[in-house]
Amino acid sequence: MTNHVSTHPGSGALSGAGERPLVNLALVKGHIVASLVWFFVGLTGGLLFSMQFFRHYPFPGIELLSPGRVRMVHTNMMAYGFILNAFFAGMLWSIPRLTGFPILSDKLGRLFFWGWQVILAFVVGGILTGHAQAVEWGETPVFIDPFISVWVLLGVVNLVAPILKTRGRPLYVTLWYFSASFVWTVLNYLMGNYIPQFFVPGAGGAAIAGLFIHDLVGLFVTPIGWGLMYYFVPSILNRPIWSHALSLVGFWGLAFFYPLNGVHHFLYSTIPMYVQYGAVVSTVAVELVVTTVIVNFFMTLRGMGRTLVTSLPIRWFYTGMVAYFTTCLQCAVQVQLPVQQIIHFTDWVVAHAHLVMFAVFGSWIMGFFTELWPRLVRRPWKSRALLEWHYWLTTLGIWTMFLTLTALGLQQGYLWRGLNPWEDMLRSSIPFWVFRTFTGVLIIAGTVVFAYHAWATARQPVPAAVTERVEGAEPAAP
Amino acid sequence: MNTRWLERASATLGISGFGFFIFSVVAMALGPVVMLRKVPMQTVEQISQNVIPDFYDLLVRYPDEFKKYFGDPGDPPDEAKMRQYFAEALRLGRKVYIAEGCWHCHSQFVRPLADEQLRFGPTSWAAEHQNELQLPPLFGTRRVGPDLIREAGVRSNDWHAAHFYDPQAVVPDSVMPRFTWFFEERKVPYENGVKIVPNQRGLAIITYVQWLGSWVRPPAEGVPLTASAAEDYR
Repeated sequence: MTNHVSTHPGSGALSGAGERPLVNLALVKGHIVASLVWFFVGLTGGLLFSMQFFRHYPFPGIELLSPGRVRMVHTNMMAYGFILNAFFAGMLWSIPRLTGFPILSDKLGRLFFWGWQVILAFVVGGILTGHAQAVEWGETPVFIDPFISVWVLLGVVNLVAPILKTRGRPLYVTLWYFSASFVWTVLNYLMGNYIPQFFVPGAGGAAIAGLFIHDLVGLFVTPIGWGLMYYFVPSILNRPIWSHALSLVGFWGLAFFYPLNGVHHFLYSTIPMYVQYGAVVSTVAVELVVTTVIVNFFMTLRGMGRTLVTSLPIRWFYTGMVAYFTTCLQCAVQVQLPVQQIIHFTDWVVAHAHLVMFAVFGSWIMGFFTELWPRLVRRPWKSRALLEWHYWLTTLGIWTMFLTLTALGLQQGYLWRGLNPWEDMLRSSIPFWVFRTFTGVLIIAGTVVFAYHAWATARQPVPAAVTERVEGAEPAAP
Repeated sequence: MNTRWLERASATLGISGFGFFIFSVVAMALGPVVMLRKVPMQTVEQISQNVIPDFYDLLVRYPDEFKKYFGDPGDPPDEAKMRQYFAEALRLGRKVYIAEGCWHCHSQFVRPLADEQLRFGPTSWAAEHQNELQLPPLFGTRRVGPDLIREAGVRSNDWHAAHFYDPQAVVPDSVMPRFTWFFEERKVPYENGVKIVPNQRGLAIITYVQWLGSWVRPPAEGVPLTASAAEDYR
């Protein structure tokens, strides 16, 4: 393997050293399908829970479907079911192409895949039967945590092997993000799920739980997401990233400042103030670093703005980047203590969480699903119109949800500040909460369109011309 | 400047992966732990030395269920037994609080802000969270319902029982779900022959909520909502 493999994403040969195919397409496809299945579980949970807010929960008084438990199914399935499966699909596709080596073992890949889906099923069952753990974003029952730890490690070993086989050659940007994130995710999972559970209570435990909440998003989801962007955007646009120096600044800045942010989830709490101030400063620093990354990607697109119209994956990716910049700018503002006074504990935070987890990473995932699915089923997308429907329903849904909840958060914050009775906040929130459910229905409708479209595409007869191109697996090469 | 070394797996795995992560844990998490080292974590047995009056009230109000699920403390109630039952109820109550996701809609710390002091009570301090029941910490990040760390004694056991069974019966605007599985039916010779009473989980969650902030119980009933009331409160 030569060095050019690592600097030109997507240009790697399809076959590795031996007779084994470089990319295990069955695993990629499996993770995409699993991701969509868990996404529907998570969406259903979110929809049901949102109906409790205007007292129309469809299953009142049923213990196993209690809204409080369903809420945890919603968040955990989004993180560990939807996003993790999707990211494994993206990494199983891109890592072998960027390194020139296949994953450590296809057997291990299958073991990880099936084991992970079984774990997720147990997580849903465990939470619904009342065995949730009191760690936000880590409500996976305590007795399942060891299995998750081992399985995450298995998944990481499988994917890090081709990276280590590069034997000290400089890596492409994507692999910086992936490799660092492998270490972070394993360490973070161990820290967040065991230390506050068994050893450190109160303020110290909350500091660690805060790091866990933030690191799950900042050190697992974010780096894998950006790694995939550094892979898919240049390969689809067929041009290199604008500035390698900015890529370096972006990665090392994020790697240093992101882990320091966690405590900003507990500002004005009993955690020592120096730690809280530190978290505020690092959060603003992250925003500056993120700006360099955003500039880098938008300069990569210069002169090719038309692809936002013509290429659905590129449109998904850049929509996600706009959301990412919005999120990070919002972060730098909302961690300021005077702003915290008003917006903390309100739906503003819920809006922010949905913006980052779905409008950013959801969009990127939908983008590379749109890119990969035709290659995996060896058929072109059946209908351009359905792709557009998927994009517009989802995007409209998530952005109106974000705006609704952000406005509502301000209203709630000021009502509390004005010492109005608690019920005033509830009465005035209900119209917003009804609308929030409607925006969620838009997202679900978009996803149903996509799932149907993917199924219908896979069932089409194979066109001869496409088979040729897909088996060559050259991503959009001219 | 040659920066190629920053692009190798050794740097991304070693420096950013392990190095920066460990630095962040030392900087952001070790500090609070070290600063609180002189405030040891209280066990549930230590906490339960002071049995709250509401726990005695539960014994009076639901004697059959209390004796069925915790034991018979005798008459007058044996203090050592009550302490033991109280510890059991706190442990189970917190378990229920976690299992039902209560902590996703109710926080457990009062921020140092004027409106929160007026609404809930004194600002939280680190030592009040240094106990086994804050393992893992239940600070919370969202308030659909009010903060609960100053809830002790603000409302009666009866209020809590009715509220858990059907929140809207007590607070018509509430969006809290019903927790009917905290209750069971008891045969009685009146009220159509059936009375709905808390079961073990019901008694435990009421005990737990009545314990939250029992170390700063308000002198009078009701939450101080005006500045003058809050003045008296102090």
